[in-house]
Amino acid sequence: MSADKARIARQFIQSIPHARALGMQITALDDGMAEITMPYDTRLIGDPETGVIHGGAVSALMDTCGGAAVMSHPAAPAGTATIDLRIDYMRAATPGQSITARAEIYHITRNVAFVRATARDEDAELPVATATGAFTVEGS
Amino acid sequence: MSRKTPEPVQVVKQRRDAALAALVGGVPYISFLGIAFDRRGDELTAVLSFDEMLIGNPILPAIHGGVTSAFLEVTALISLSWAHIWSDLESGVLDVEGLTAGKLPRLPKTIDFTVDYLRSGLPRDAYARATITRAGRRYASVQAEAWQDNRARPFAQATAHFLMPRPVSGDD
Repeated sequence: MSADKARIARQFIQSIPHARALGMQITALDDGMAEITMPYDTRLIGDPETGVIHGGAVSALMDTCGGAAVMSHPAAPAGTATIDLRIDYMRAATPGQSITARAEIYHITRNVAFVRATARDEDAELPVATATGAFTVEGS
Repeated sequence: MSRKTPEPVQVVKQRRDAALAALVGGVPYISFLGIAFDRRGDELTAVLSFDEMLIGNPILPAIHGGVTSAFLEVTALISLSWAHIWSDLESGVLDVEGLTAGKLPRLPKTIDFTVDYLRSGLPRDAYARATITRAGRRYASVQAEAWQDNRARPFAQATAHFLMPRPVSGDD
């Protein structure tokens, strides 16, 4: 990521209170692609017995990452809103590890961007969750 | 023929409220988001108290889509778990003191979750209720709806599938 893009990415995350609350950081950004990391945090535990992060926090990460991928596309300069998002939870994220989501636009029309996303912890082989979503495209 | 005397109202309320508080209080993420549950008999309504930290679009401003999604998932999960333990709780098979002391039932696991965003979430409190459309021994289907000002104008709805916890006897 160029220094310029990194600065824009940092500002983007800093401007979203909930992304800040979850400690999200953009680690890669390209036209129609974004990668965001969320550190492990005990406040986000969903299963007290195992310490596994709640699925809802993974949803928030996927949604932010999908939105960032759309906003990074030249055809959507004025932002985006999620129309729908489907998440498949493949396995529990390992407690103590950060989760990284990567989202990509696989098709974009004048009004809609279709996005796929994958979330992984430190074991990059087996995804924690995958998602597909439709996002609005707001032209300038 | 003698009928069993109904339990005193305080006993009933105390048992149900203590069990619900234990179920909800055991999950850190629920308090992180500021979600509470309102109970009427066995019916639950989740309440998301507005906080600046929940904002996802500071310009509108609007609640973060991920928060809305998480709110619906928490509502679906707790409602399903609550319905699952209800009969054992009422019959006395499930011990409330044990629950309160931290012996919580295993929660269902989310298999998949689909959320439709119908309108933007306004910077104010939100409410949600879940309907269990199928509760099988292994799998359950749950629908949930969230609204703010008007119950008839939901701002998001969700469909979810869950894997039910195994009965304690056959557990790992």
